[in-house]
This record gives sequence, C-alpha cells and structure tokens, in this order.
Amino acid sequence: MTVLLMTLAGGLGAALRLVVDGSVRSALAAWVPQRVGVGLVLVNVTGSFALGALTAATAPGDVRTIVGVGLLGGYTTFSSASLDSARLALAGRGGAAVLHASGTAAACLAAAVLGAWVA
Amino acid sequence: MSPERTRPPSHLRPVAVGLVAAGGAVGTLARYGVTSIVPTLGGLPVAVVAVNVAGAFLLGLLTALAPGERLRLLLGTGVLGGFTTYSTYAVDTQLLVARHESALALAYLLMTLAGGFAASVLGLAAGRRWRR
Repeated sequence: MTVLLMTLAGGLGAALRLVVDGSVRSALAAWVPQRVGVGLVLVNVTGSFALGALTAATAPGDVRTIVGVGLLGGYTTFSSASLDSARLALAGRGGAAVLHASGTAAACLAAAVLGAWVA
Repeated sequence: MSPERTRPPSHLRPVAVGLVAAGGAVGTLARYGVTSIVPTLGGLPVAVVAVNVAGAFLLGLLTALAPGERLRLLLGTGVLGGFTTYSTYAVDTQLLVARHESALALAYLLMTLAGGFAASVLGLAAGRRWRR
C-alpha cells in the first residue's frame, strides 16, 4: 500500500513540477531567456528545502516514503538540471554552465540545511 | 496562423499534465526499485548517483532524438524527471555533512555533478549519432 501511494505521489510530484516550472517560465518569459531553467532551479530548491525539513522531522516511515521518496522525489529532478548545464557548455558558455551546475547544487544544499534547521 | 502559436503552454493542457504524471509515477517506482536493491557503498549512496547519472544520459539521448511532444512529456519530463531526483541528492549531502563526513559529502557532490554533466553530453552526442 505504501509503495502504491508512493508511486501515485511521484506522479503528482512530476505534474506539480511541470505546473510550477511552466508558470515560472510564463511569468518570466519577458526577462529571462527560455534556455535558462529558472523555473526548474526553483522547483529543485523548494523540493530540497521540503525534504530537508521532512528528514529532520520525526515523521513515520510510511510518510517519509510517500512524501519524501514519492512526492518530493518526483517533484525534483536531476536529469533536466544536468542537461541544462550541458547545453550551456555545448553552446560555448562554459562559465555559465559551471555557474548553473554549482549554483544549483549550492542553493539546493543550502535549502536542505535550512529545511533541517527549521524542522 | 500556425496551430503551435495558438496552443496554450503544456502546463495548462490536462493531457500534457496527465502524461507527465503517468511517466512520473513509473520513474518514481523505478527509482524506488533501484535504491531498494543497491546498498550504500562505504556510506556513499551509490544507487542515487547511478540513478541520476543514468537518467542524465537517457535524457540527453532522448533530447537529441527529438521525439514528438507527447513522447517527450511522457518519457523526458515524466519518466526520467521522476526517476532522477535533486532533493535526495541535496539532503543526502546535507546528512553526510551533519555526520562530519566532509570528504564523503564532497565526493558525493562532485561525483554526481561531474558524472551527470558528462552523461548529458554523452547522451546528446549518442543521440545525434543515432539520428544520422
């Protein structure tokens, strides 16, 4: 039952990622070039904060699996973030690629630390 | 007037959101499967590294193959988006730091970033080659 709910939560998280990323893209379309995944960075930072808080909080194992592995695991993503960095590098923007990769990792790590601290 | 121009963005179309949700559920279950089977290696969550690096390669491959929008949403945003995870990566690193395993935390951090980057580039290259 836990695994089934976790699977469904993963689908919900992925759909939420599409909606948040798409909404941020639409809202910022006039100012930020579409190639830069600002919406995705926001998704990963907020998801890392939430998982940091959930992990530090005393939640039952089932809740951790459904919300942590399912919802937040499906919500955040590494593959697109990595691809965004690679595309920047392949477009000759090496500095931007390094900044995007290290900046995303640093921001998500900081968000996880903050999440654990507030929990 | 092209139909693309009048079409609302994917996040506002129920079918697109449904495809991403279906794919995301499959990807999440696959990630759960891999991380349940593969144990940590010397305190290092190697299963998460493998999942993220493999997912980065496959997304590069898929992107270079340029499939139609529905397949891209189902497999790319959905399956591979749900398969890979940034939150677990960030929190695993935070937990290693909290346990004063700084060297392990740094190794995990860089292994994932560099591995994912290389995998994305390789995936894109492999996909382009395949298309030719």
